[in-house]
Amino acid sequence: MVSDAIVPLLLTLKVASLATILASLVGVALGKLLGRKRTLTRDVAESLLTLPLVLPPTVLGYYLLVVLGRNGFIGGWMMRWFGVSLIFTWQGAVVAAAIAAFPLILRAARASFSDVDVQLENAARSLGASESEVFFRVTLPLAWRGILAGALLAFARAMGEFGATLMVAGSLPGRTQTLSLAIYEAVMAGDDARAASMVIISLITAVALLIVAAQLLQRRKHT
Amino acid sequence: MMRIAVDIEKTLRDGSREFHLRMRFESDADVTVLYGESGAGKSLTMQAIAGLIRPDKGRIVLSERVVFDAALRIDVRARHRHVGLVFQDYALFPHLTVRQNIAFAQNRGWLNRRTVDKESSAAMANMQLDTLADAYPSDLSGGQRQRVALARALAAHPQLLLLDEPFSALDSDLRNRLRDELIERHRRAGIPMVVITHDADDVAAFGGKVVRVRDGQVVA
Repeated sequence: MVSDAIVPLLLTLKVASLATILASLVGVALGKLLGRKRTLTRDVAESLLTLPLVLPPTVLGYYLLVVLGRNGFIGGWMMRWFGVSLIFTWQGAVVAAAIAAFPLILRAARASFSDVDVQLENAARSLGASESEVFFRVTLPLAWRGILAGALLAFARAMGEFGATLMVAGSLPGRTQTLSLAIYEAVMAGDDARAASMVIISLITAVALLIVAAQLLQRRKHT
Repeated sequence: MMRIAVDIEKTLRDGSREFHLRMRFESDADVTVLYGESGAGKSLTMQAIAGLIRPDKGRIVLSERVVFDAALRIDVRARHRHVGLVFQDYALFPHLTVRQNIAFAQNRGWLNRRTVDKESSAAMANMQLDTLADAYPSDLSGGQRQRVALARALAAHPQLLLLDEPFSALDSDLRNRLRDELIERHRRAGIPMVVITHDADDVAAFGGKVVRVRDGQVVA
């Protein structure tokens, strides 16, 4: 029973981890780019970038298919130049989960960066630090707690991702079938015992994550 | 001999309120005291000298070096101005130890290293901070924080030191002691400094050139 769940669980963890890393890089960079100044343009940009979080996942999946499909803007280009397609692959699932989850990191990052005292960044500048040194040695270390909280939410969102993943990557057992997809398939097939065991594994994983998160967020508090 | 020449204008808006800063002064004294009530524009002037805010108009010259000139579009970045700052609330990096704070300027790159160069160690000893090297700013007293802030600024080898209300966060006993200590350190370091204060006692203790500031302007 449990062994049935191992393959989708490992796949889910792999997809969600890579998606979170991808989303963190993009989310942190955009969060920094949007900056602490609240202007109308920047707030509109943030709203637009948050859309993947609030749109129905199927709508997101539809747009991803349009963009990543063989005739799509990016999909067609990748096919022509590299002969690869993300559709029906686990890499496609990573992209779907990353896009669904990155707004959580973006918002957390922008808010955390804004909370960093400007005076500390100015102190670093007056000590000869370049803008990139200020970012990596002052801003980011002081904002990481908030960003981490956002990344953990994003990881949870990526683990539970269903609609967009189904549309982009399908539900191929052993290849793109993540835990949430496998549970759905098991229930549809009337295999309640299998569904129940995977539900319990999901639950345990989620609780374990929350404990790890609490530990990480507690460590080293000097601020 | 350091000559400071400031002639700047800046208008700040906050909702419907406007504040006009029109600062003009020159000094070649070892200590220049900007004296006035809070809100008079002293801190803004200091930030302009350090390159942290950009005036609308005017010119700032440090020694013979033009660091800002609106008409000539010169605006040397803060990190290239060689101006050391001691902020009113010290602005110590809360995530770094005393040692790392002091070594910040010597340490280049994207990482905050744990080990520290010889020079920063010497600076720490000089300031009697060696026993606190591994402490974090949140563990320090007000006087200790000020000393760390001063050591950190001096470690960058500034040509000019700016101190914003260096004693306002301290009680009066400590204030008197640290004022004497600072004057002594300043004498030894030989770096010209600009001190911002609203305290007449500071003006008397530091001597030097006094620039009185009121409502964003220098008053005679």
